[in-house]
Amino acid sequence: MAAGPAPALAAAPAHSLRAGIIDALIAAFIALAIAAPIIGLRTVSLEGGLALTTRWGAVAIAVAVVFAGRLALTLLWWPRHKPARRDSAGRRLLARARDSGLAERAMLLLAPALLIFAIALPATPFADRYVLDIGILVLTYIMLGWGLNIVVGLAGLLDLGYVAFYAVGAYSYALLATHFGLSFWICLPLAGFLAAMWGLILGFPVLRLRGDYLAIVTLAFGEIIRIVLLNWYDLTNGPDGISRIPRPSFFGLEFDRGEGGFAAFFGIGYSSDHRIVFLYYLILALALLTNFVTLRLRRLPVGRAWEALREDEIACRSLGINTTATKLTAFATGAMFGGFAGSFFATRQGFISPESFVFLESALVLAIVVLGGLGSQIGVVIAALVMIGGFELFREFEQYRMLVFGFAIVLIMVWRPRGIIASRTPSIFLKERKSIGAESVGEGRG
Amino acid sequence: MSARAQAATAARSEPAALAADPILTVEHLTMRFGGLLAIDDLSFSAERGQITAVIGPNGAGKTTVFNCLTGFYKPTEGMITMRHADGASFLLERMDDFRIARSARVARTFQNIRLFPGMTVLENLLVAQHNTLMRASGYTLAGIFGLAVYRKAERKAVERARYWLDKTGLLERADDPASDLPYGAQRRLEIIRAMCSQPLLLCLDEPAAGLNPAESDELNRLLRDIRDHHDTSLLLIEHDMSVVMGISDFIVVLDYGEKISSGSPHFVRNDPKVIAAYLGIDDEDAGTGGAP
Amino acid sequence: MEYFVQQLINGLTLGSIYGLIAIGYTMVYGIIGMINFAHGDIFMIGAFVALIALIAIGLTAGAGLVIVILALLLALLIAMALTAIYGWTVERFAYRPLRTSFRLAPLITAIGMSIVLQNFVQVTQGARVKPLQPIVTGGYEIMRTTTEHGEFIVLVSNIQILIILTTVLLMAVFALIIARTPLGRAQRACEQDRTMAALLGINVDRTISLTFVIGAALASVAGLMYLLYYGVIDFFIGFVAGIKAFTAAVLGGIGSLPGAMLGGLIIGLIETFWSAYFTIEYKDVAAFSILVVVLIFMPSGLLGRPEVEKV
Repeated sequence: MAAGPAPALAAAPAHSLRAGIIDALIAAFIALAIAAPIIGLRTVSLEGGLALTTRWGAVAIAVAVVFAGRLALTLLWWPRHKPARRDSAGRRLLARARDSGLAERAMLLLAPALLIFAIALPATPFADRYVLDIGILVLTYIMLGWGLNIVVGLAGLLDLGYVAFYAVGAYSYALLATHFGLSFWICLPLAGFLAAMWGLILGFPVLRLRGDYLAIVTLAFGEIIRIVLLNWYDLTNGPDGISRIPRPSFFGLEFDRGEGGFAAFFGIGYSSDHRIVFLYYLILALALLTNFVTLRLRRLPVGRAWEALREDEIACRSLGINTTATKLTAFATGAMFGGFAGSFFATRQGFISPESFVFLESALVLAIVVLGGLGSQIGVVIAALVMIGGFELFREFEQYRMLVFGFAIVLIMVWRPRGIIASRTPSIFLKERKSIGAESVGEGRG
Repeated sequence: MSARAQAATAARSEPAALAADPILTVEHLTMRFGGLLAIDDLSFSAERGQITAVIGPNGAGKTTVFNCLTGFYKPTEGMITMRHADGASFLLERMDDFRIARSARVARTFQNIRLFPGMTVLENLLVAQHNTLMRASGYTLAGIFGLAVYRKAERKAVERARYWLDKTGLLERADDPASDLPYGAQRRLEIIRAMCSQPLLLCLDEPAAGLNPAESDELNRLLRDIRDHHDTSLLLIEHDMSVVMGISDFIVVLDYGEKISSGSPHFVRNDPKVIAAYLGIDDEDAGTGGAP
Repeated sequence: MEYFVQQLINGLTLGSIYGLIAIGYTMVYGIIGMINFAHGDIFMIGAFVALIALIAIGLTAGAGLVIVILALLLALLIAMALTAIYGWTVERFAYRPLRTSFRLAPLITAIGMSIVLQNFVQVTQGARVKPLQPIVTGGYEIMRTTTEHGEFIVLVSNIQILIILTTVLLMAVFALIIARTPLGRAQRACEQDRTMAALLGINVDRTISLTFVIGAALASVAGLMYLLYYGVIDFFIGFVAGIKAFTAAVLGGIGSLPGAMLGGLIIGLIETFWSAYFTIEYKDVAAFSILVVVLIFMPSGLLGRPEVEKV
């Protein structure tokens, strides 16, 4: 682990070789202290207790990598890139204008291109089962990201327990379908409704809390719901989860070999891929619905009130906006989409257990929203593609990929603290739609 | 407020200044923060269709009065009554802040401007019309399906915004983020944002603070225009006497949370008590001078 | 009654560990206003470094008292020093570049660092639990009753005494540092107003770094205590303990040091008593519910300064 961009150290004449080497030596020494115990000494279980094996070679490599990396940073990278970053306000403004202009143009082209790609994907030759599975996964996270974006990005409320609503949606569908035999298409709105209700129930007592207090309480609610799911055996079957959850049908046509199946009805040969393709389009449609509703809401008074709330809650109240109700609608709307996504997850997996609804999932969705750029719909797509898609591509490196994943989150955030798409598009305009730089946009206090 | 109540306080008042058709009546308002008595048994009223000013040196408790009026603080004691022209009356000390704005139709601005910095000027003005638009959008449901009734209401809201933008010379900046406006324009924007919520009483907290003389004149024109051509009465706080003398119809002077004088600008200007407490210097400066 | 006393002792022990971790959260929050999500994992690192140090020292179960004490002290010092470097590095690498950025960015990098630290240990040390043979054994019997169910003995084990004593000692030292030393003054100044502190010549960067160093060192003490008390650790202990400690910090009023300790003790006691008298499965629910209820009625926690809404 290198000691990161270090303004204090780099402020010294970074191009001087001697200073660079001393700086790299310090970094290497720190790396040694970090690597020596944990990498260098591995605990192994022996009879009668633990013993240590040594891996000094690995430590040496780690230290050497840090030394070389740090040296390269100070000698080669920073002299060229640092000045541009910490420059006069004028240059920064220029860079910003170029930045947002680029982002805008890219967004104009990117969104339709991505949409066409998403729709056409199953028809492309390389779309095998594996690719479609990744596609479904990415789309699920995009949908979750869009749902959470309403709460965090628009209304500025920090929610660390979003996965709770995902869980409510999943268990609602699973229980309704297995106990009462209700079909997916009836359960989907019900699950969304139930999740929204839970959003209201959880939101009501806590929404007067601000900032980080709200964050920890939402986190606590997320954990409470998971623990209850884990221990309420009679209802949820505890850690064993619920299995044999019915699969969705295509307007009543099941995806099976039988007489009334999808394949037989359309007179085509049965293929297990039909269901995958169907699931893919299902989540695509659900995600697009989320996007459509969010974009619509942004142009309605309620959506403007959400954003105004993020900008200045007191000013909102002075204009007669009921901030509690406004926060609750944001919470409930976000929860509803989480619930939809949850029921999709349940029907896709056919099996759910509390293990799927841990805090890491909430953190992941939040990371996608923040990395993408708060409030930006296309940003969520890019972040989900990069993070989830990238993560799945490195399946072979099972052990290391979470490690790399964590580093990627940190590095992207340091690289672009306001997210990949760091500008806000106004919801209405008189003459010209100008995008607003992230420096002006608030981040909410509640 | 009876003449007897008036006489009971130490303050001198101009007899003719008693309100005939008060839009706002404040009676025995008291606000304590722990041991600190910020407002002590304050009574005054504001006439409908006029500009009333509350003045006093820094720390006299003016902003606290405003925060009590607009529901951001709950007063320790006292009664605040808002009367609409149709006879409806509201006891503001019992209402939530957003209800005061929505039902009693009292709007306010803030001493340190509170805009929605990341939203455009136009968006700021539309947020101010939230409650009207919310009803028109059928509490979002009609809006989501893009019904014509909402689109019409939104057009009307944009027209109202355009009217005020035009009046204040901000039309060209309508699509810029509010934070990009210069200071004086931000002050104006905050005022017209409050006006977009169609208030019957507009409370302005030091609207002239930080403005240059030209901007100050422009502000005065705007305030007079609001009084003369719109169904809105004004209540404003200032510590700078020169600002209020020209435009106020009635002035209440506070010092250390107590009312020390009230009446027409002419009366107040010549009240020795005001001169002593507020300016602490000779007569001549009382007419033109600012705060110490 | 005896059962109650026994649970009280157990609860105080657990609460002490939570309190030590909570101080790290609350200090960092006080000074830079961010939730350091990686702090729980710093605690885990501390436990692992302590474990490795203890094995490396080669302490055997039958060693004499003096040897045990010296070995523990040595392991403690090693753990504190190395974990402090981890704390420093995390701040430098993931938080300092975002110091002037907006609020959510360091929160996300903290989550990223938490993932990194967990998986770093999982990759290098393996995912399986690491058992340690009891080093500090024995204890004192303080109460004994005979009922129809048999005999019930209230025990205070030596390790419990050690944990509670160490915590009290560290708290005292720590309170002194904050109240009396230039570092403590610099810290309090940075808490109040970082820009003004910098203008007055306080090295803000160094003060913040030292805050992380102290927080990590205290967390490593908690790590060693946890290791000795439970005798088993794995790479995931940081998450649960971290969330509990963070809950404790918020419960006590985040930013307040006595609040963190008080919150830790309350969470420890609630968990222990709930497990003893009700259901062990729902002990976390009980702890979280108390948090929610307290925050609803006291939005700034038990000892936190109420946030003044400036209009």
